[in-house]
Amino acid sequence: MRTSRKLLIFGGLALAIWGMGYGIWYAVFIEHQTLDGLGSALATGFMRAAENRLTESQAALADATSRSFVYVRQVDAHGHWIGLGLLLLILGIAFDRVEFGERIRVYLAIALLAGAVIFPLGVLLETWNRGMGPQAIAVSGSALVILGLSGTAWGFARSNS
Amino acid sequence: MSAHEGAIRSGASVTQSADRFAPFSARRIFVIGGIALILCGMILGDIFAAFILHPNANRIGENLLAATRAVASHDPQAAGAAFQNIGGLLENRGTKVDAHSHMIGFGYIALLFALLQPYVAFSESAKKFLAKLFLSGAILLPVGVFLIHYVGLAGSPFAAIGWASVFADLGGFFVWVVCLCELAGLAKYFRLQTPVRTSDELLSDRSWPARALLSGGTILVLIGFLHGSYYAGTHLFRYEARDSELLSAMTTRAAAGDSAAALQAVADYGRLQGAKAVNVAAHAHVIEFGILAILLAFFQPYIFLREKWRRIWAVVLLIGSLALPVFVLLELQWGLLAGGFADVGGLLVIVALFAMLVGIWRYTGKIDSAAAS
Repeated sequence: MRTSRKLLIFGGLALAIWGMGYGIWYAVFIEHQTLDGLGSALATGFMRAAENRLTESQAALADATSRSFVYVRQVDAHGHWIGLGLLLLILGIAFDRVEFGERIRVYLAIALLAGAVIFPLGVLLETWNRGMGPQAIAVSGSALVILGLSGTAWGFARSNS
Repeated sequence: MSAHEGAIRSGASVTQSADRFAPFSARRIFVIGGIALILCGMILGDIFAAFILHPNANRIGENLLAATRAVASHDPQAAGAAFQNIGGLLENRGTKVDAHSHMIGFGYIALLFALLQPYVAFSESAKKFLAKLFLSGAILLPVGVFLIHYVGLAGSPFAAIGWASVFADLGGFFVWVVCLCELAGLAKYFRLQTPVRTSDELLSDRSWPARALLSGGTILVLIGFLHGSYYAGTHLFRYEARDSELLSAMTTRAAAGDSAAALQAVADYGRLQGAKAVNVAAHAHVIEFGILAILLAFFQPYIFLREKWRRIWAVVLLIGSLALPVFVLLELQWGLLAGGFADVGGLLVIVALFAMLVGIWRYTGKIDSAAAS
């Protein structure tokens, strides 16, 4: 088996396992509590507003927004790690049909694997740091995946022709 | 008889295929189980989209409106009750979506494992055990998640986790363990000094339907990524900020007695949630269908239908795969009409997938009888 295929198959399966493990840990220890807290913060925001305690109401709504921001990204990171892992695995199985030399195929595989690791990582880091750094990591990761995927699609198209 | 069928009916091919796709083999359990999981997940998704999604969204909107009116009339109990209803409705929707997506996701993993079986260096009985354990987990998790809304915390010793969640998590654990074992099996295969490196007809098929599904699937995945990047770059943070602004406006305007502004904020909030939902759904579905198309490209040699019909089902699957996400995106402009077309797209995918499953079933029978004789 060529290096490019090994990179994608082993990297993809490892990434999918990591994403699932992360998802199980998150579902067991954090998700239910997060959702309860989110619902409770929203209800508190409206109830305090009904009591005309607007400062407390706005604080509760800000808390709900913050919890929602974190929840969306936790679920996104879990889903994207698994999804990208599976995609790498599938592409790895078919990678011999990408009509490029092995060197280019290895570059494509590295771009896909690196992008698949760091794109969800950047999304997850946004929950700890709301600055531009994590966003830049996520954008770089998605750019690498798109680049790798475009190259792979081109390679498949060359194979078909 | 096509060249494909001819090749299949040749003795060598039959023997080779029968070895790998024998009755109750791990590969067959993964293939049949995987396609069945995907079909069930898609049918659940179509039923959910057609009969539950929109009424559920309307009820959430009505309760948000009730909560805003309760703020205006300074009735905190009514506001709390409305949010309790919203919590229940969100849980109902969330668990249905999770059951749908996990069932399909596990179906994809099952098909992948089917492809990898010749490279997993375990005994056939161990591989069959892993396949059955995987399917147990892949059924247990979505069924458990589906039941969370109905079982709740009844009889549970935990503060926030009910029995349905416990069984769902157990199902996820089974799947995870099987994934680890399959990875170990692959590693063992590549560690062997003289591995049996046989050719696999699934990986060498260059038929027209296989090529169309492979190229079409890759393009669908690429479209999904481009759309996701565009959405994340231009809309995601703006929508989140707007979400927060509108929640704040609902409460402050209602508390100040400005009912018109508060109700407008509720209406805008509903539209914002709709915009977020269709973008996420379109992004997820186009990528999932792309992956499905790529996976099915590999299984074309097992689909025992005439070449013409294999081409037709491949094209139908690709048309449905593109139509569903495109019309989901158009729901914001076209409303239920686009929703109807999206459901038709989903139905095309289901029909094509079912036809392929029938083809695999027929192929299985041929191989069995040929191998037995």
